[in-house]
Amino acid sequence: MSSETFIVAYEGEEGDTPTLDYAIERARKDGAGLLVVHILEWSPYSFLTPDEIEERHGRRKQEMTRAREIVLDPAVAKVKAAGLVGSAELRYGNVVDKIVEIASETNASMIFVGRAGSQSMAARVFGSVPIGLAQVAPVPTVIVP
Amino acid sequence: MNFKTAFAALLATLFAPFPALAQGIDETINTIFADYTGWYVSFIFAPLPGTTFSWIALWLVVGALVFTVYFGFIQLKGFVHSIQLVKGDYSDPNDAGEVSHFQALATALSGTVGLGNIAGVAVAVGIGGPGATFWMIVAGLFGMATKFTECTLGVKYRNEYPDGRVSGGPMYYITKGFKERGLPGGKILAVLFCIFTILGALGGGNMFQANQAHAQLSGVIGDYPGWITGIILAAVTFAVIVGGIKSIARVTEKVVPFMGIFYVGVSLIILIMNYDMITWAFGQIFMGAFTGLGVVGGFTGALIQGFRRAAFSNEAGIGSAAIAHSAVRTKEPVTEGYVALLEPFIDTVVICTMTALVIVITGVLNVDPETGLYIWNAEAGRIATEGEVSGVALTSAAYAKAFSWFPVLLAVAVVLFAFSTMISWSYYGLKAWTYLFGEGSGTEVIFKVIFCLFIIIGSAANLGPVIDFSDAMLFSMAIVNIIALYLLMPIVKREVNSYISRLKSGEIKRFKH
Repeated sequence: MSSETFIVAYEGEEGDTPTLDYAIERARKDGAGLLVVHILEWSPYSFLTPDEIEERHGRRKQEMTRAREIVLDPAVAKVKAAGLVGSAELRYGNVVDKIVEIASETNASMIFVGRAGSQSMAARVFGSVPIGLAQVAPVPTVIVP
Repeated sequence: MNFKTAFAALLATLFAPFPALAQGIDETINTIFADYTGWYVSFIFAPLPGTTFSWIALWLVVGALVFTVYFGFIQLKGFVHSIQLVKGDYSDPNDAGEVSHFQALATALSGTVGLGNIAGVAVAVGIGGPGATFWMIVAGLFGMATKFTECTLGVKYRNEYPDGRVSGGPMYYITKGFKERGLPGGKILAVLFCIFTILGALGGGNMFQANQAHAQLSGVIGDYPGWITGIILAAVTFAVIVGGIKSIARVTEKVVPFMGIFYVGVSLIILIMNYDMITWAFGQIFMGAFTGLGVVGGFTGALIQGFRRAAFSNEAGIGSAAIAHSAVRTKEPVTEGYVALLEPFIDTVVICTMTALVIVITGVLNVDPETGLYIWNAEAGRIATEGEVSGVALTSAAYAKAFSWFPVLLAVAVVLFAFSTMISWSYYGLKAWTYLFGEGSGTEVIFKVIFCLFIIIGSAANLGPVIDFSDAMLFSMAIVNIIALYLLMPIVKREVNSYISRLKSGEIKRFKH
């Protein structure tokens, strides 16, 4: 049983592969377990049309199945293949808030997040996940280029 | 040449060969409309023998009063809890990603907040005087209990399909609830409710909206035939509900709440600018409520107009909200009842009162300087106003007194409100339609096409016949729905008692967020 848990904020995009690889490498060196975290962006205060409301429950199921099968399962398999303890966590909400929440709940000692995606205009104006984590994460956070 | 003249000139050039034809279509539609719907409207608004009080207004008010007393003034006792629920204090974090209480409330509100709050209030105040506002607020406050009852039932008896979709509403709680209580006639009442909902969707949820959107547009850009607005609106609606272009609906749903907030904001600014008159305006509203202030029909005139417009605006007792609220994800149907009771409060008590205060304060209603009473325009059947306008044009004139640019913005808001209400009602109508004719793209398209055609009729017809027909249909829904609510309210009572005791014992927990 590993003594420490590292969190990987994982979107499943191509740009995230180096992040996962780097986290695996670090975890192996430190003898830590890896928790692959995927957050589906969601706000309970957004506005929906009547049709969207009707379909929401079904959509949520689809989104969660897709996230597990396409994003999380392959990532956890990769972690396990590297001989590490790997697990996954899937949640809805604000990405930064949820990662911080999970980090506190699991007493994680480090967070790994990819820098990819933070170059867009929206990210510059509203802030991106790595910048948000850098500001509020309760544990050391590694931003992987 | 400014934009207004240029646009009028463009329309004139485009339609120069057809002026007689265009006017002819309008008038023909008007005549047919008034001829065919007049008798039903007279029946629905028939006064109680020996009075001027229509039986249908009494029906709604008695219903709201009964629910208020039966549930022990739940709108007062449960108000704080309602807000906690909307804030998500009792939402399980593991349910994130499902429809939240806030979202169900916001979507239901964008179906109800709209022209009723802008045009409907002007109609009420224009005919019933400022006193109508008082009765509108009273109806709004009592209506909160009705909404609580119907939305709790809506969630409790909704249908959940294997693909995760949810359908609910009075037709479902009537059939399932009646069966559970061993009552006969559930199926017949449900079918009747669906027929009225379809007609109500075509009336209040469609023609009234299209009509007022056209009234406001032609007020801003110059007079032109109603069917032109109708065709444009129908085409956009068609694109959304038949063509499935959801982006338009999504944009509207996102813009409308901000329009609502902006409308309230501007109203507040006007009230602050005239803060010294607010006490006087409330005085007018209160005095008018009991004396009529010279309005024909006096006290009852104000009362009937107030109640009518409140029902049309917040839809309490109509049953539409039960359809809108039924998709929320909750283990406790009562929670959605609590959330829904905020709807008449926001819609009627807050927003409608704002419009009424602005109309009264800005002095667009003509007052006889000698007697201090309102001048009655007998020919039009309402209080004489500046420029002899009514409906949305009266609201527009009132706001224009404070901000000259407001009518242009109001035109945009009215069109968007009208459009979002139409989208909501096309959904309610469709739910009733599929309950009757079964789900399937073929039957659904027929309803959607009929819905779009009625937008054109609504834009072309006179305000009178359209508004009366809209009211008649909505109130017909309330006849069936309130009968069902009386028969099913013991079920709601059981739910509430169980919920409250579990809330007190701590079994229902507040979540830390």
